[in-house]
Amino acid sequence: MTPASAPIPSTTWAARLAPRRWLGPVVLLAPAGVWLLLLLVLPTLLILEISLVPGLRLGQPSGGYGLGNYLQILQPVYLRVIGRSLAFAVGSTLLCLVLGFPVAYWLALLSPRRWRNLLLVGFILPLWTSSLLRAYAWTTILRPSGVFNTMLTTLGLPAQNWLNTPTAVFIGLTYSFLPYMVLILYASLEKLDTRLLEAAADLGATPRQSFWKITVPQTLPGIAAASLLVFISTLSDFVVPTLLGGASSMNISRLIYNQFLGPTRAWGFGSALSMVLILAVSLAIALLLRYGDRNTVTEA
Amino acid sequence: MRPNSSAPQPDPTHPPIPLMPRLTWPSLFTALMYAFMYFPIIVLGVYSFNDSRYSASWDGFSLRWYRALFSDRRLLSALQDSLTIAVVAVAISAVLGTLMAIGLARYRFRGKALYRGVSYLPLIIPDIAIAVATLVFLVSMAVPLSLATIIAAHMVFCLAYIAVVVSSRLQRLDPNLEEAALDLGATPTQAMIQVLIPQLAPAIFAGCLLAFVLSMDDLLISSFTAGGGANPLPIEIFSRVRTGVKPDINALSVVLILGSALLAGLAEYVRYRSDRIRQST
Repeated sequence: MTPASAPIPSTTWAARLAPRRWLGPVVLLAPAGVWLLLLLVLPTLLILEISLVPGLRLGQPSGGYGLGNYLQILQPVYLRVIGRSLAFAVGSTLLCLVLGFPVAYWLALLSPRRWRNLLLVGFILPLWTSSLLRAYAWTTILRPSGVFNTMLTTLGLPAQNWLNTPTAVFIGLTYSFLPYMVLILYASLEKLDTRLLEAAADLGATPRQSFWKITVPQTLPGIAAASLLVFISTLSDFVVPTLLGGASSMNISRLIYNQFLGPTRAWGFGSALSMVLILAVSLAIALLLRYGDRNTVTEA
Repeated sequence: MRPNSSAPQPDPTHPPIPLMPRLTWPSLFTALMYAFMYFPIIVLGVYSFNDSRYSASWDGFSLRWYRALFSDRRLLSALQDSLTIAVVAVAISAVLGTLMAIGLARYRFRGKALYRGVSYLPLIIPDIAIAVATLVFLVSMAVPLSLATIIAAHMVFCLAYIAVVVSSRLQRLDPNLEEAALDLGATPTQAMIQVLIPQLAPAIFAGCLLAFVLSMDDLLISSFTAGGGANPLPIEIFSRVRTGVKPDINALSVVLILGSALLAGLAEYVRYRSDRIRQST
């Protein structure tokens, strides 16, 4: 481009951009930034504001600011909803951990190396399909006349009526989020220094001892990261409690949904619930950043 | 054929880890968990060919639900709505998300930590909270709800996911290539389009696939931003399956699962290819 006779221009980045330093960052960062500001930050600030207007309903004149919507959450009926959401999240996270750890362990350390990637992809493949349809699949299994009861009666066991009970919610949530648990635990176990296990064995440790004294402590940050991530996702899940849990499994997401798209149209109260949910998730994220293995999560 | 010749040979480059706990229960348990993951999908597949309306018993093989599916105008137009939303939202987000990732990797500026934090929010804030906030915002701005508002709302999470995937690739990239292009006289724009973007292409593609799948799967944000103007597939499926078992939804599931298996295969192939290229250079 430059004629050979011309003085050699400084071609470093800084020198080239010096006259219009602001142009590059603006072109690269402004479009997405404006979009996030307009459709995420402003809306979130807006629901923070209307959560502070007690008794706000769509189409009604609103009064002044106050904490009425937040105080309403403290009524026993709503505290039960929050307690149930936490129970769903904690229970299904523990189930995912107990079921997912052996799978991740086998995939990362014991599976045939040649097939390892394919086996991992095979386990998380169901994530590519619609979460709605996977939850729906469990309704066909758990219905009173469904596949599960057909299997039970064939085996001579009593039929169970699990659909529309919290049991079905635990099954559905565990099923939906088990692949995430396995994926993150796998990333953590894969990095485990197996020489430590060899050394322990050389020094006379039993496999059980080296599992509890080396494998588990070494992967604890990964376990924390995976568990908190599954906890956050299950805490706010909407599809599984709605399709599998029935009326007895109202959780916080369903309650918020009803305030906006249901008959009550209590937007102020719904916004306050949203802020509480965001706060709960932020606390979990803060724990994740403090104790979890961030790299494992981003790699996964 | 000697009997020994087919015995599996230990991989010489990766000697087996000695003295690992040689339990068989992890492999048995893992097999059981694979069965758990695929059992519901297989059940849907089998029942989609069942002649029975209530799919309680097996009434014989039939393609009637597939015929019903492909003549269901409402369902097909819902699928079309979903595809339109996903394709448009992902296409715009691919540009915005990639530019954002490059900008974050390249520049230091006041408030960068805040900007980066905001860019992670769509991954962290629960869908229901984003959905509610977007609805309240659109109503307060008197924006009529339509297909366009769904696209605008989907772009928020699409561009965030694409930016995360592209960012992680950018961190492992060789900055010398772009500097070489600049030294050889390319303008910064030329260097970006002809040198940087081709290197990022596999990551951009992977991010787009992820965003596409998430957009096609989204129920909550669509429900809150659709109004009466659009009816994407998850909303249509949700309103049908809420009220019980619908055999034509079984058939739809099989079609969609095959579609997503195809996408997953494509994604893995691209990742495998780009890993190979990275290893050979």
